[in-house]
Amino acid sequence: MGAKIKGSEILLKALTEQKVDTIFAYPGGNIISVFDVMMDYRDKINQILVRHEQGAAHAAEGYARVSGRVGVAIVTSGPGVTNTITGIADAMLDSTPIVVIAGQAASTALGTDAFQEVDLVGITQPITKWSYQIRRTEDITMAVAKAFYIASTGRPGPVVLDFTKDAQAGLAEYKPYSIDYIRSYIPKTDVSPASIEQAAELIDNCRKPLVLVGQGVELAGAQQELQDFIEKGNLPAARTLLGLSALSSDHPLNMGMLGLHGNAAPNVLTNQADLIIAVGMRFDDRVTGVVANYAKKAKIIHLDIDKSEIGKIVPCDVPILGDCKESLPMLTARIKKNSHADWIKEFAPLAQKEKELVIDKAIAPASGPIKMGETVHQVALQAPDNTVMVTDVGLNQMFAVRYFKYRSRRSIVSSGGLGTMGFAIPAAIGAATGAPERPVIMFAGDGGIQMTMQEFGTIMEYHIPVKMVVMNNHYLGNVRQWQHLMFNDRYSLTHMLSPMYQDIAAAYGFDYIRVEKRQDLEAGIKAMLAAKGPFFLEVVVEDEENVWPMIRPGSDVDQVYYGPQD
Amino acid sequence: MLTKYITDLKTELTMETEKKLYTLIVHSENVAGILNQITAVFTRRQINIESLNVSASSIEGVHRYTITAYATRSEIERVVLQIERKVDVLQCQFFEDSEIFMQEIALFKIITSVMMSNPEVSQIIRKYQANIIEVNPTFSVVEKSGKKDDIMDLNRELAGTGCILQFVSSGRIAITRARIEHVSEYLDKISRRFAKD
Ligand SMILES: Cc1ncc(C[n+]2csc(CCOP(=O)(O)OP(=O)(O)O)c2C)c(N)n1
Ligand SMILES: [Mg+2]
Repeated sequence: MGAKIKGSEILLKALTEQKVDTIFAYPGGNIISVFDVMMDYRDKINQILVRHEQGAAHAAEGYARVSGRVGVAIVTSGPGVTNTITGIADAMLDSTPIVVIAGQAASTALGTDAFQEVDLVGITQPITKWSYQIRRTEDITMAVAKAFYIASTGRPGPVVLDFTKDAQAGLAEYKPYSIDYIRSYIPKTDVSPASIEQAAELIDNCRKPLVLVGQGVELAGAQQELQDFIEKGNLPAARTLLGLSALSSDHPLNMGMLGLHGNAAPNVLTNQADLIIAVGMRFDDRVTGVVANYAKKAKIIHLDIDKSEIGKIVPCDVPILGDCKESLPMLTARIKKNSHADWIKEFAPLAQKEKELVIDKAIAPASGPIKMGETVHQVALQAPDNTVMVTDVGLNQMFAVRYFKYRSRRSIVSSGGLGTMGFAIPAAIGAATGAPERPVIMFAGDGGIQMTMQEFGTIMEYHIPVKMVVMNNHYLGNVRQWQHLMFNDRYSLTHMLSPMYQDIAAAYGFDYIRVEKRQDLEAGIKAMLAAKGPFFLEVVVEDEENVWPMIRPGSDVDQVYYGPQD
Repeated sequence: MLTKYITDLKTELTMETEKKLYTLIVHSENVAGILNQITAVFTRRQINIESLNVSASSIEGVHRYTITAYATRSEIERVVLQIERKVDVLQCQFFEDSEIFMQEIALFKIITSVMMSNPEVSQIIRKYQANIIEVNPTFSVVEKSGKKDDIMDLNRELAGTGCILQFVSSGRIAITRARIEHVSEYLDKISRRFAKD
């Protein structure tokens, strides 16, 4: 019989067995014994003390997004773990694999309103893939193995482990646990050859195909398979916000971004297409506009790993269930070479129209205050090809995703489904930790930055070299735009004062530049990119700039509004 | 000048309105908290559960839920997929009434003196083939198993005599008419596929 060790140590051993190399953490009474053991694992696991548990969850997400591995956060019970809820929900909606391990009152005290006891499993069940309470020391290796298996396989997502104090303190032998399968959970089904046949038939015979590329392609690591597929059939493709870096911005078949503030050509032509091939995307309402009028002329082929996505929003003609890294090559092998030249020509005039009515004004304004679009454009011009771009939420996000260029896989980290303001700083910390060899550039607004600014402390302490571009319009700009459009310019509580960012940057020891004039922008960005460590670039942008084009609420996907034209 | 607009939000997907009573049979691992996860799927979609029964199943360690709900076919298909997506759920299937054998059970606590003095009460009990399972000087207990309509008719008729003290009815339980046992087959398939050589 092996020696008995403490539950907390079993946890750490089990985590190293899962090859965990980084933990974002914040201590507290009900997890203190785990932190005690963590001290002995400092050479094996990079341990980052965040400043607020929300930061730990978002950092774990950022880490997972860039690395493709499971992000880990360890926090205390009660308020510690309720602080992570936003990050867990965010990871659920954006299919991000994270494991959040939280302390819990002793199992004997559960249900008594013990100090810092919350019903964590009850709270997190609706926003996790799996949520489990570890009550016995003997169950730890099983729970950890299952947690990582579930978080990372199939459609990835968040898992919560609720770890009672007595299970941490208890003694047991270390018994490694490995998982071949879980009988109630089939992460992916085999691709049906019949569905490939049917789909290929439709693809070979269509005249106006459009491929919708979602984050599923990145999650599957099927970027090359996607490219081979669209190149063989000459199939024009457009990406969702989270799928932006699944296909290079420079690829000739890339027709842009879908959705609310996406590019005109793919949005408009969605309703002209006779075949939609959706790969690893979920027809979010930001993508479809009015669903009843969405892609009515098209047959729909939907490749997804999650059965419950098929037909959820739009009726599907040919579902291809399974991993698109397997199904895409099967399709590629089966379809005929094609050109679709006439159809592809239809995108150019719409792209040209958008360029004239929107893009030129946004990225190369002749005069007036600096614009968000030109800021992002200037950064994109100078950023290395392997840059990871992290965004917050709001206008800054919409401009960032529209005008940045994606040339490497897994290069966008943005909160899509939940739209979480405050995401950027901690997610950038996670991204920089998960991909230390890649530059990380973050775009945020003055509102979002003030939501999780405490994580500057983390950046300072661990010298995390994130480049932070704060586009300050002195407004909660995205909401202000909606107030402008729908509430007669009644800017209720959307004007916002900022602190002296210069002083804040100085307090944390960050290099800082404030750019107010167009002629200083390029140099400011150059200085930022040249800096070794963290850098805070504040760009004072036009107060009331709006983002265009837009599919307005209640509009169909092809009713693109290009903004006011004077 | 920007043209301002106020839009009426069009929301509904399709105009599929016909709602029917569907029976869902769910098999899950025996772990705490699954019931919550299953009912939450209905709650999120604002579908009311008409009845719910939880029991053991023929497979050791596997729990069986029988749930009925009024919904359109596409709603119920979505619900089924969402339930099946839960990690600890083995299988979820939905049925129309023609595809299952189903039963409910009801108990009536009635006033013995009324039953004794009014022969109509016994006639009703016989007519519905209900059983008297307890008689004592103050109250008696009548048990009836069958279809919901029968039970409700019986309830109405007994109520007419003024004898009822309590009435309770179970949720529907159901067994499929199919010749294959889907869950066992699923479990066999899984264990064959993943069995170590
Ligand atoms: C946590 C959270 N609270 C509120 C919102 C709603 N919201 C969306 S965008 C936005 C304004 C963002 O302002 P800012 O960060 O300054 O970015 P800007 O739009 O001005 O670029 C708000 C309040 C949100 N998405 N997330
Ligand atoms: Mg702002």
